[in-house]
Amino acid sequence: MNKPIDPSVYAQVPDANGRFGPYGGKFVSETLMSALAELERVYTQLKEDPDFQQEFDAYLAHFVGRPSPLYEAQRWSDEIGGARIYFKREDLNHTGAHKVNNTVGQALLAKFMGKKRVIAETGAGQHGVASATIAARLGMECHVFMGEEDVRRQALNVYRMRLLGANVVSVTSGSRTLKDAMNEAMRDWVTNVDDTFYIIGTVAGPHPYPMLVRDFQSVIGREARAQSLSQIGRLPDALVACVGGGSNAIGLFHPFLEDDGVAMYGVEAGGHGVETNEHAAPLTAGTPGVLHGNRTYLMQDEDGQIMHTHSVSAGLDYPGVGPEHSWLKDIGRVNYVVANDDEALAAFHKVTRTEGIMPALETSHALAYAAKLAATMTPDQSIVVNLSGRGDKDIFTVAEVDGADIFGEQN
Amino acid sequence: MSRIQAKWQELQAAGKKAVIPYVVGGDPEPDVTVGLMHKLVEAGADMLELGVPFSDPMAEGPAIQKGHERALAHKVSLRKCLAMAAEFRLQDAATPIILMGYANPIEHMGYAAFADAAADAGVDGVITVDLPPEEVMAMNIELKRVGIDNIFLIAPTTPDERLPLIIEQASGFIYYVSLKGVTGAGHLNTEEVAAKVKQIKALTSLPVAVGFGIKDAESAALVGASADGVVVGSALVNLLGDASNVLEGRINAAVGLLGDIRSGV
Ligand SMILES: Cc1ncc(COP(=O)(O)O)c(C=O)c1O
Repeated sequence: MNKPIDPSVYAQVPDANGRFGPYGGKFVSETLMSALAELERVYTQLKEDPDFQQEFDAYLAHFVGRPSPLYEAQRWSDEIGGARIYFKREDLNHTGAHKVNNTVGQALLAKFMGKKRVIAETGAGQHGVASATIAARLGMECHVFMGEEDVRRQALNVYRMRLLGANVVSVTSGSRTLKDAMNEAMRDWVTNVDDTFYIIGTVAGPHPYPMLVRDFQSVIGREARAQSLSQIGRLPDALVACVGGGSNAIGLFHPFLEDDGVAMYGVEAGGHGVETNEHAAPLTAGTPGVLHGNRTYLMQDEDGQIMHTHSVSAGLDYPGVGPEHSWLKDIGRVNYVVANDDEALAAFHKVTRTEGIMPALETSHALAYAAKLAATMTPDQSIVVNLSGRGDKDIFTVAEVDGADIFGEQN
Repeated sequence: MSRIQAKWQELQAAGKKAVIPYVVGGDPEPDVTVGLMHKLVEAGADMLELGVPFSDPMAEGPAIQKGHERALAHKVSLRKCLAMAAEFRLQDAATPIILMGYANPIEHMGYAAFADAAADAGVDGVITVDLPPEEVMAMNIELKRVGIDNIFLIAPTTPDERLPLIIEQASGFIYYVSLKGVTGAGHLNTEEVAAKVKQIKALTSLPVAVGFGIKDAESAALVGASADGVVVGSALVNLLGDASNVLEGRINAAVGLLGDIRSGV
């Protein structure tokens, strides 16, 4: 199912208009067009600037703690009895998820552009925490937009952001989740465009964001590729990552795209099941449209209104997906699949008990699919899963689902 | 000649400025929109902007966001707005109708199908907030085919070198966004607006209307001094959504405000 990619085609995306085939682009109001052009200009220049790269690399090494290990999940692999499963340990990054790779990169761009105020949207709160963290480090004012529903289910991260000095804005419009937080962040940006840098948390949004977030996150795949060669002795047979907006997935996949033998699986949130409409799986069950500055697969109704989504994990609860994934789906290079809420929760418990690693609920979707995939493969084969984040933030949600009373008597 | 062009000629001949109200189709209730449109014309509106409800109205401030939400609660979408335009046309053949909204409902219908349906409904112009000139080509071809004007926004942040790109594709008029921000924000700088309008008018013979921060007769008069027309949105939508007032009272208040603004410019 994984079609090889023609490198010459791949070298051309995104094109000058920010297009990945028919996807991507800059679908924003006129007020933001010059800010996007400026960002693109600065990024293009800094990408080649050794001082910028050196500073970025130094932050990744000493602030984030990279490289993150590639870890063999031995007990879990033994139990499944199929392919060997390896975790790319992004959960060990400072702040506990892959998100920080990108926030460090964008905050440094903001610094070079002389912007003192940064804003961010967040779902699970991981991107918000990562933004608040680097803002604290660089002495920047930080405002994080978060849907009211997510403020409730991610209370721990909300308080972390406040401790870091960020202002958390609870968004009460629309469905009160990630997409509405992004709307509100865009509105803030339009209003304060002169002094504000918008740190987008995933490979979505208008060009050049999907490109620059991908570039910043690609450190995951570059490391994983080198680690596979030295630890496994060859490239893995498959890569698996969860897909909300798609940044941890693209970060892992991108450096492997030209390796024809490596199959790739992006795992979307199946919620209560894709047949129920209560899910967050636009690549699996959606159609192309325009939202948040780009053309991509979306969950939308017959009138082109964006639908409410459902996932047990706040970070996957988004009706769109980065445009590069839409393109990779259409050209057949990556397979997009789903894991439902209950499958993710089961994988969460399984990996916690078997490996002593408590994954984020987002990540648990990737793990659920990886287990199924591994079972169809043989022990001489290997799978690398992006362990995109740790699960501490999710224990209240898990307790609620399991009917456990954390602060009550031991049960 | 398009209805929009004809209207500008008529206004220019009379030495008048255009007053252009914005209301959301289906807000506060689907049944009142067409009647409201007629009343706004009676109160002095020269053209009408009909907002097409969208689930994610990124460029709108709180007032118009709520208008979209009220309309969506009644399941009003692009098709119903087109039906409202068509119903309005049965009794008013002259007042231009401009649909203002976001790309996705139009994309979902398909550009060609949308252009045909809009032309059939008697729509004269389209403003799509999130289709800047770079992204609008495909839709513009279809709108031109059916003779519908594509009206573009120019913002205070638009660099001078972008102006020709926008003007080249625009028809009907230019919509100058009077402030950096979402609709309904409060920080209108009329001197800046006047300077920018002058700059745009030096580059095009198209009329320039100004909107985004105009909320009463006074601000309308100030802006009207330099522009060819004023757009009033949030202030009307606020009155229409005023839950402390009965439905008829809300409509009367909105129509009353438009009358005030008309006498101001
Ligand atoms: C741990 C973790 N993984 C994955 C995601 C999903 O984002 P993306 O698809 O951009 O990687 C999130 C988002 O909050 C997250 O916190």
